[in-house]
Amino acid sequence: MKYFEAIGKYFLMIREVFSRPTKWGIMKNLILKEVDDLIYGSLGILIFISFFVGGVVAIQTALNMDSPLLPKYLVGFATRQSVILEFAPTFISIIMAGKVGSYITSSIGTMRVTEQIDALEVMGVNALNYLVFPKITAMLLYPFIISISMFLGILGGWTASVLGGFSTSAEFIDGLQIDFKPFHVFYAFAKTVVFAFILATIPSFHGFYMKGGALEVGKASTTSFVWTSVVIIIINYIITQMLLG
Amino acid sequence: MIFVENLHKSFDGSPVLNGISTSFEKGKTNLIIGQSGSGKTVFLKCLLGLFTPDEGNIIYNGEAYAEMDDVKKRDLRQDMGMVFQGSALFDSMTVEENVMFPLKMFTNNPISEMQERVDFVLERVNLVDAHHKFPSEISGGMQKRVAIARAIVNNPKYLFCDEPNSGLDPKTAIVIDNLVQEITQEYDITTVINTHDMNSVMEIGQKIVFLKDGYKAWEGSNKEIFKTDNEAVTNFVYSSELFKKVRQMYIEERN
Ligand SMILES: Nc1ncnc2c1ncn2[C@@H]1O[C@H](COP(=O)(O)OP(=O)(O)OP(=O)(O)O)[C@@H](O)[C@H]1O
Ligand SMILES: [Mg+2]
Repeated sequence: MKYFEAIGKYFLMIREVFSRPTKWGIMKNLILKEVDDLIYGSLGILIFISFFVGGVVAIQTALNMDSPLLPKYLVGFATRQSVILEFAPTFISIIMAGKVGSYITSSIGTMRVTEQIDALEVMGVNALNYLVFPKITAMLLYPFIISISMFLGILGGWTASVLGGFSTSAEFIDGLQIDFKPFHVFYAFAKTVVFAFILATIPSFHGFYMKGGALEVGKASTTSFVWTSVVIIIINYIITQMLLG
Repeated sequence: MIFVENLHKSFDGSPVLNGISTSFEKGKTNLIIGQSGSGKTVFLKCLLGLFTPDEGNIIYNGEAYAEMDDVKKRDLRQDMGMVFQGSALFDSMTVEENVMFPLKMFTNNPISEMQERVDFVLERVNLVDAHHKFPSEISGGMQKRVAIARAIVNNPKYLFCDEPNSGLDPKTAIVIDNLVQEITQEYDITTVINTHDMNSVMEIGQKIVFLKDGYKAWEGSNKEIFKTDNEAVTNFVYSSELFKKVRQMYIEERN
């Protein structure tokens, strides 16, 4: 019952986010600031993780191909498939649920407990539009950084297999091109867009409607991370079933 | 003028306000006093429309808040200024940006005009050299003054202050009280102030509403509060030795 109530409240929140817009002159700056915090600020960790996990995927694939009958290009093929289909869109989104998500929940939650949100509302500002809309808009750039992650994941895989002698550069690149289905890329970006929306809104929901003080802000961030990840995993399953199943 | 009729508010079944009726006058500093936890903040937030009352009416300028449509409510909001208990300054903005925020949000004035107005109100609250500091870089008393400046920058008709001088030393507290009273009279604002500070009651209590256990236990002015025999009021007012002596002297004088 409690969950249904929360889900209803979440959708009411979304409706409010898109109503009564804030002046464009002010909104523009809010969006730029969020792009800086949410997108640009996430690049470092995204680059680091993508490159190394891509490398590990390649090494694992190579080590698990015992049979000499299996062609060497499979390393490149498997790396491409896992990075594009799951690692970059889903795995990175879970990490972003921790990074971006807890940042959003704690910043909005702090505004709630220090009555800054009340202050906005007293002035007649639509606080949800003011706080959440710029985050959703900034996250429109999320697919862009996920494509960076895809590229770096594959680059990491290439580096690891060439350096480790698992396959030659030519074999790896062959593998990257084999049986390439553009629809897979569409599938990956379709879910990235949905995840971007989830990453901006669920943490906002937990921050905006929290009660209590500083201690509860910390708790809300944790809860927000758990729920954002759970929803991403479930939506991932549904989209995969719908588009590929 | 603000009229309040039979205001009820409870949270999860436990009542906080049990039917309060009173009125707040224009151009006067109206005080709501009562112990910590007596419901002052909840009452003020009901007046502001941040909480929806369970029952009862709040009437602004002849019109019940609950019956206004969204546009009217929004217009009314823009005539309100609020100083929160913890100042509630936007901590990502400088002092100047905080004060300018309502102007940027709701007026289309040229930036030079807004700047002029911001400089004027900051000077009015005696803050002249903090324009570019962040709230975390100034003292509590200064934060309160910034909050007052932000609340009055858009020429409100109604000013609400939740314990504007809590956590301040007595001298700064009196400065803030006087500031609020001066502004109220100067611009003919309807001001409602929550407090449990007896100095404020004596200094600026033109009208006082005393809350106890969610009821209005007494109302009157600062001149009357020392004469009343209402037990709840005397227990509250004379809880300090100093005020007990003041009352003693007053009674001796009268005899
Ligand atoms: N949002 C809320 N949800 C549930 N209960 C609340 C809420 N806000 C206030 N209360 C309860 O209402 C009662 C009155 O609180 P309120 O904050 O109005 O007191 P106050 O008179 O302002 O006290 P103080 O002088 O300490 O600020 C308290 O018992 C509090 O627990
Ligand atoms: Mg209070």
